[in-house]
Amino acid sequence: MVTIRSETAESGGDPPLLELRGITKAFLDVRVLHGIDLDLRRGEVHAVVGENGAGKSTLMKIISGVYPPDGGSVALDGRPVSFRSPRQAQSAGVGIIHQEFNLLPERTVAENVFLGHEPLRRGLVDTRTMLRRTAELLDAVGETSFAPTARVGGLGVARQQVVEIVKALALDARLLIMDEPTAALADHEVELLYGLVRRLQERGIGVLYVSHRLVEVFDLSSRITVLKDGRRVTTVPTARTSQDQLVRHMVGRELAHYYPPRAEPGRADEVRLSIRNGANDRLRGVDLDLRAGEVLGIAGLQGSGRSALARAVFGVAPFTSGEVRLGGRPVRLRTVRSAVRAGIVYITEDRKGEGIAARQSVLDNALLAGRAVFPRWAGRAARTVRVRELLAAVEVRAAGDQQEIRFLSGGNQQKVVLARWLALSPRVLLFDEPTRGIDVGAKSAIHDLVRRLARDGAAVLMISSELPELLGMSDRIVVMRDGAVAGELPAQATEEDVMGLATGAVRGEPR
Amino acid sequence: MTAAPSAPQRTPAVPRREVRTLRTAVGADPARGVFVALALTLAIGWVVVALDGGQLLNQSSVVSLLHVATGLGLVAAGQTLVILGGSLDLSVGYVVSLSTLIAAETMNGSDSRIGPAILLVMAVSVAVGLVNGFLVATVGINAFIATLGVGLLLKGYLENGYDGPAGSTAPTLVQTLGYQRVGPVPVAFLLFLAVAAAIWFALRRTRYGHHLVAVGGDAQVARLSGVRNDRVLILSHVLCALCAGLAGVYLASRLGSGAPRVGVESFYDLESIAAVVLGGAALAGGRGGVVGTVGGVLLLASVDSVFNQLDVDAFFKQVVRGVIIIAAVALYARRRHRRHRERNGARS
Repeated sequence: MVTIRSETAESGGDPPLLELRGITKAFLDVRVLHGIDLDLRRGEVHAVVGENGAGKSTLMKIISGVYPPDGGSVALDGRPVSFRSPRQAQSAGVGIIHQEFNLLPERTVAENVFLGHEPLRRGLVDTRTMLRRTAELLDAVGETSFAPTARVGGLGVARQQVVEIVKALALDARLLIMDEPTAALADHEVELLYGLVRRLQERGIGVLYVSHRLVEVFDLSSRITVLKDGRRVTTVPTARTSQDQLVRHMVGRELAHYYPPRAEPGRADEVRLSIRNGANDRLRGVDLDLRAGEVLGIAGLQGSGRSALARAVFGVAPFTSGEVRLGGRPVRLRTVRSAVRAGIVYITEDRKGEGIAARQSVLDNALLAGRAVFPRWAGRAARTVRVRELLAAVEVRAAGDQQEIRFLSGGNQQKVVLARWLALSPRVLLFDEPTRGIDVGAKSAIHDLVRRLARDGAAVLMISSELPELLGMSDRIVVMRDGAVAGELPAQATEEDVMGLATGAVRGEPR
Repeated sequence: MTAAPSAPQRTPAVPRREVRTLRTAVGADPARGVFVALALTLAIGWVVVALDGGQLLNQSSVVSLLHVATGLGLVAAGQTLVILGGSLDLSVGYVVSLSTLIAAETMNGSDSRIGPAILLVMAVSVAVGLVNGFLVATVGINAFIATLGVGLLLKGYLENGYDGPAGSTAPTLVQTLGYQRVGPVPVAFLLFLAVAAAIWFALRRTRYGHHLVAVGGDAQVARLSGVRNDRVLILSHVLCALCAGLAGVYLASRLGSGAPRVGVESFYDLESIAAVVLGGAALAGGRGGVVGTVGGVLLLASVDSVFNQLDVDAFFKQVVRGVIIIAAVALYARRRHRRHRERNGARS
């Protein structure tokens, strides 16, 4: 049987499906949520929007039982609940669809949908019931393009998303959290998702819809809650607001941080790196000029192709078409090695995963790139001396350069990574979220370093999700959207300008 | 509202419903490959042996081929389970040796002690499996190291206690499990097929089977779906060790006594893994099946048989087996890669 509950619209007195009161949460000493209130009615699509780092994902993880809240209350149907695990939340009817899929590509749709609660008959898995119920659920959400026996890995991303949703429904979800459900979808697939969300709504299922894409939010939701810096700014009926107003709510805050002075106009003129019509499977038609002596900021939402751009230049996932020129001469940057040899370096956003060798010493980490790419570079002793000087110059604070790097703070780890690349005297530096997860003091130090590098003649490209940082540091800002350059803004741009381009609100054309 | 963009109006093309009811995802595709390879090996082997003036598939060679397949197959059937779960078991060779000794010494030539002997073998196997599973799933030691360590432990015990065959297998067991045949097919080979069929059924129709493939496929997904990963892995290690124990009983019946080095000399640890991988399983887990393993076992046994009839040098034989295994896995890897690319192509 299909057990999607369809409760009739209630008259005012009934408690809402979900009610959050004063939810707070801190990680270590950093408060990420400050007393969030939110409620969701049956059959409602309630959108939650905010910049990167506004606290949306943390809030969703609290509702779905991944984290416990530090304070405040969660109530389902008016009854207080406190989930200790995703499993408990699931059995209470809270389903979450994460950005990354929780599916087994090698298994069939039905096997995925019923994983962990396979129906049994005489102690054996009742395959027939499994297939039948999966088919019923697929029908219930209006999906007829694939069978319950299809292999999940063979389905497109949109259909995998449907499988995720059906998996949540198989557990009798009454409340569905969708975290950036369209991040991986193409346009026509987004449309499929729209239909699905509306059908869930008709069945009385409440949907919390987290998205960066304001267009979708306006198409789907009946109310919108804006979060900023872990606080709720406002909750408004969708019909009574506009994209402009929302963007203002999302970004309105004061610049408190000090940023080093920008380059003097006219200093940055030599085009160091130029990309014409660069494309690969994540990027299309990218034209970009990066000048010596400037800091070029790259803005955009998650998945807009910011990192893909830096990684293409660095040869991690190279351009498959288009032309790249370095100092006026065409170059082929097919591998990281060729990029490094050409004087291009990339400071990754994923410091833990890609930036540091956690169990190696500070010195080994700083020597890593030089040793790997220039084996005979400067002679062992000389290079060690040089790197030690650099470590001192960037003011790494460690118990000594033989200390394992994993014991250092994030800021100091980042400085070691920086020293590693500076040792190669790079001509082009690609910074990807250089201050993510770094405390305020170290942040300033890194900002100063970035600016000093530009002043000394390096060409700097800096990706950041933090708009104040981007606006404070950049001489120009290029905004990316959907794998392409959405527009360029001068240093005096406002956060509204950037968000407008990044969300597509400014152009106002259909996606 | 600024010029509010509306949803695209285009109706999506609805592709036809994929109809693949009979083939489930597990084991269907690569398993076919290994049987094609098996058929090719037999065909080419037959021709080559015929040119050499012999006949590949005569009664005695078929019987010996199937006996080779039985010993390896019992071990590999169990190995399939742990590999599907993303683990592996390097102690199986020593469990086989130990089991031959326990069986033969407990029976000591008496038919009346067959029951207790088999029970004791099972108990010891379960114990070894529990230790393996505990180390891998609960303590979280890498399976390679954990099962290698347990294997070395058993090796120490065996080498300390025995320098040659010991004990004597009950005559009835030797006559039946060791030598009885139905036509050219040894009874023991039928036993292997029965074990494989039981595992095949368990993978398809029990929760354990479904959960095992999930744990191997993506431990995190399994956990978030409510699977108790550690139990599933421990049970797999126990079943794997039980299969190795069963192989020990079979070999004791074949040899008439316990043989402290038989498991190691037959390279059951690495060959069983090779057979599973030849059958299309991913060493990382989550993909493969026992049908493929049966194919892999028969393929290795056939290659063996061909070389034996050609009197090929034993060392050269190893070289060829190595080439076959590498080539097969490289082929699978290529195919996976292509499929992966297609999928990513659909993504963007």
